[in-house]
Amino acid sequence: MEQKSKLYVTLLTGRTIEQGVAKERGKASSEYAESVSVCYMDPEDMKQLGIKEKTNVQVSTEYGSVVVKALKSLRAPHPGIIYIPYGPWANVVVNPETHGIGMPSFKGIPAEIEPTPNVPVLNLEGLLKKQFRKG
Amino acid sequence: MQVVKAVTCPVCGSLCDDIELTIDSGKIVKVKNGCAMCESKFLGYCGEHRILKPLIRRNGELVKASMKEAIGKAAEILAEANYPILYGWSSTSCEATRVGLELAEEIGGVIDNTAVVCHGPSLLSVQEVGIPSCTLGQIRHRADLVIYWGSDPWSAHPRHIERYTAFSEGRFEKSEWRGYLTKLKALIGRKKIESTLRRLFLKKRPSVSAAPEGKVCPTISRAGRKLIVIDVRRTKSAEMADYFIQVEPNKDYELLQAFRSLIRDQELDVDKVAGVPVEHLEEVADAMVGCSFGALFFGVGLTMSRGKLKNIDAALSLVRDLNMRTKFIIMPMRGHFNVTGANTVSTWQSGYPYAVDFSLGYPRYNPGETSVMDVLLRRESDAALVVASDPVANFPRKAVEHLVENPLIVIDPHMNATAQMADVVFPSAFVGIEAEGTAYRMDHVPLPLKKVVEPPRGVFSDEEILRRILSEVRKIKKAKTTEEA
Repeated sequence: MEQKSKLYVTLLTGRTIEQGVAKERGKASSEYAESVSVCYMDPEDMKQLGIKEKTNVQVSTEYGSVVVKALKSLRAPHPGIIYIPYGPWANVVVNPETHGIGMPSFKGIPAEIEPTPNVPVLNLEGLLKKQFRKG
Repeated sequence: MQVVKAVTCPVCGSLCDDIELTIDSGKIVKVKNGCAMCESKFLGYCGEHRILKPLIRRNGELVKASMKEAIGKAAEILAEANYPILYGWSSTSCEATRVGLELAEEIGGVIDNTAVVCHGPSLLSVQEVGIPSCTLGQIRHRADLVIYWGSDPWSAHPRHIERYTAFSEGRFEKSEWRGYLTKLKALIGRKKIESTLRRLFLKKRPSVSAAPEGKVCPTISRAGRKLIVIDVRRTKSAEMADYFIQVEPNKDYELLQAFRSLIRDQELDVDKVAGVPVEHLEEVADAMVGCSFGALFFGVGLTMSRGKLKNIDAALSLVRDLNMRTKFIIMPMRGHFNVTGANTVSTWQSGYPYAVDFSLGYPRYNPGETSVMDVLLRRESDAALVVASDPVANFPRKAVEHLVENPLIVIDPHMNATAQMADVVFPSAFVGIEAEGTAYRMDHVPLPLKKVVEPPRGVFSDEEILRRILSEVRKIKKAKTTEEA
């Protein structure tokens, strides 16, 4: 199969039980950071990108780009859809547009995904420093 | 060892009130009946991420400070601000929210709760269309059709299906748990046969088990309780359902309107709506009309996708249409354990459920203008107080940029992304574990939260901290007016 270096996908963000459990344990915990700095992908899409599980990928949208770890979605097939749990990593790339009602668009955002095996996934402090130069 | 029964769980909007805690020398050592999140909270509340002393930022570093100093600093920031925002409130008690509203009025700020990024659009739609609702108890005893739309209760409200809907044993409706087990066993058996076949014919690749195009869905017209899940992805909840409809992202509105047409006996002259064959929709529409008590639960899958409040308008209208034919109710799946309470208290005190602006001296409400997200995106606020919430981790980057530029006060039991960026941090007691209070379940039933253990020394409840800040703010303002006079 021809490998592509980039894939155009739809980004969804939302809850996962791992994130729910980790956030109750403590949001400064490494479990929390690990549960939200990932991106669930369709195995077929991963094949197209030529990546294996736990490879770092860069997700870019009109609003920013962030490096997260790619994980195989347990509930495929859903080609062209990637899923990042709510958290500081997802928020770098979501659409802030509220359409005049206060609610940003957290779901269904057009995004690009490309493998970046040599770029590390930042930890929470690193991410906050990079995004906001504070903390 | 002491066992405390009937504890209300302060995690999600389901507010399960049957938790049993075992307490040994002032610490919770065992949790019974809770879900994974509940256990995590009750066992991890005093973990290493707990803040135990007030913190103040000095020369770019957060350093320990006395309570008096921290209160003084916070009050000074709030009293001097022209347009402060007060955000959070969904993970604390109604009593704390009430003090928060008093504080917002005193300093002329914008007070908003986390509903703005979860079910804010639902509230706007309810104001326009209205909502047929009931308690979760009624659903448990009577509902024979349960639909979850854009919501994954297995991940976000783990005991919702078991306690209140399809898998609960009601007075008039039986639990579907057995049916699910039979289905699961059959599925495991099928998978075993498939893997044996694969082993025998080594080259055979595993087949993808998606429903083939045009195949008519398994009948859902059987008797008994039924569970339908409609979502953009196959969640764990979808696997538990009798029937799952996978809608294309951002196309919920179309699907809702298609259901409305079908329920009014109109024909659709297309083959597919939002990626779903019309014959499947017809079958689900028949099940909706044919049930005797239906319940539609919707999650943030509807409020955050394209259409936002209009999706909810359509869902509410669908249920209104259904009530011409049968009995149907609709309920938002509220996330935080007291987000419903925050909306309720805000409505009592100011007339509006969220996004209330006191800057002109009287409450104004116009989501899109007075909602925290828009205030931040327009870069208008000049200080912020965050209570029991983590906007730095949950707001889009552009909004956070402005939030962290200005003085930021955080009241939270745990260290989180927002506390790391704050200028003043107050440690607080966990309401429902170390402090008493009231919380509202997603069906607007108020439940008491218990105090089961003592908070760490010198750590107060959110309510107490807010009262102290409020009284200090009043002192500063009084001194100013006498000075001016």
